[in-house]
Amino acid sequence: MSISRRKFMQAGAAAVTGAAIAPGIRLVELAQARSPEEAASTAKRWGLLIDSAKCAEGCSYCVDACHTEHGITSNNRPETDAQWIRKVTAKDPETGYTHFLPVMCQHCEEPPCVDVCPTGASFKRADGIVLVDKHICIGCRYCMMACPYKARSFIHEDITDQKSHVPRGKGTVESCTLCVHKIDRGDNNTACAEACTELGNDAILFGDLNDLKTEISRRRRTEPSRQLRSDLNLNTGVRYQGL
Amino acid sequence: MMTRFLILFVLLFGFTSTGISVAANAGNTDKSDTIRTPLPIIKITKPGQCVDDTDEMRRNHMNKILHQRDLTVYDGIRTKQYSLKNCVNCHADENTNSVLGKEGFCESCHTYAAVKIDCFSCHTDKRDVKTSVSNKDDNKGNPHQ
Repeated sequence: MSISRRKFMQAGAAAVTGAAIAPGIRLVELAQARSPEEAASTAKRWGLLIDSAKCAEGCSYCVDACHTEHGITSNNRPETDAQWIRKVTAKDPETGYTHFLPVMCQHCEEPPCVDVCPTGASFKRADGIVLVDKHICIGCRYCMMACPYKARSFIHEDITDQKSHVPRGKGTVESCTLCVHKIDRGDNNTACAEACTELGNDAILFGDLNDLKTEISRRRRTEPSRQLRSDLNLNTGVRYQGL
Repeated sequence: MMTRFLILFVLLFGFTSTGISVAANAGNTDKSDTIRTPLPIIKITKPGQCVDDTDEMRRNHMNKILHQRDLTVYDGIRTKQYSLKNCVNCHADENTNSVLGKEGFCESCHTYAAVKIDCFSCHTDKRDVKTSVSNKDDNKGNPHQ
């Protein structure tokens, strides 16, 4: 029996792809999980899909979960208190139709905050998460002015008892990190999305936009969604439905 | 006349040498009992070597922390061995749970060396105490409750 080289290679590749080293564990899946020594790569792009039709009036479960996860507390000065995620009410002035949506850092592919930062503290990680390197942030707040989504906060006062996974300090700017510590840990979810699912609203979906097999990719492909301020061509990682 | 000078010389020499010996004794007492510059209090509650030997760590810990911070912030590399969180977890005082304070592992030495620590204006100085994320009691003081 003769077999061409090409067919032999194809059969070999198929065998490797399907090879299971134990029931339920495949080599391919193992390769996808990032180890603590491995750097974040452009193979992933993390994002959110938010369905405003499912976002309930008066509910702030996602906001509370975010602030609990990151140790954000109030100084009872709402104008200067840090806020990584907020509920926005949108009303059609013609019809009076009102709906609600959580707004946080949209994790743009072309982030204006990164463009304007004079020290390079504002940066985009390889996997699409927009962050602030607080070690070199000088607190100039240019990024806060540049952000079209008002997503960033400046820390005005000394902070003590921070969470060990979320360093926060006076004189620096901060915003939603897309729960980067949870992503690096392999949780593959954010505190806000977890809270919304726990409540049963399921308005926030987190996932890898580059992986065609994820639920977020499937829904982005098959259902209508839009970016906030799509006219700015920022290609946001956070998209909305029902707007 | 000569005898007078001799007596004066002996007296002067005697006083001076006594003075010197008293001063020297005083100096000895200072060194052994009350030190003018307080030495750092280095409490090692969990002995062992997880990163490098003590001499290397005393001289170069700041470079290791600096190197690791960029790897963590920019690349998301969170190896336990070089993480500041892990340093604090081991070196925090058993009573205060902190590396700061008069007898804190970091502050005690940094006060002696007169080097300001910037780490803990953002990072917590406390040992990581495992708490449940879903514990809603943690939400006290949250403006969005």
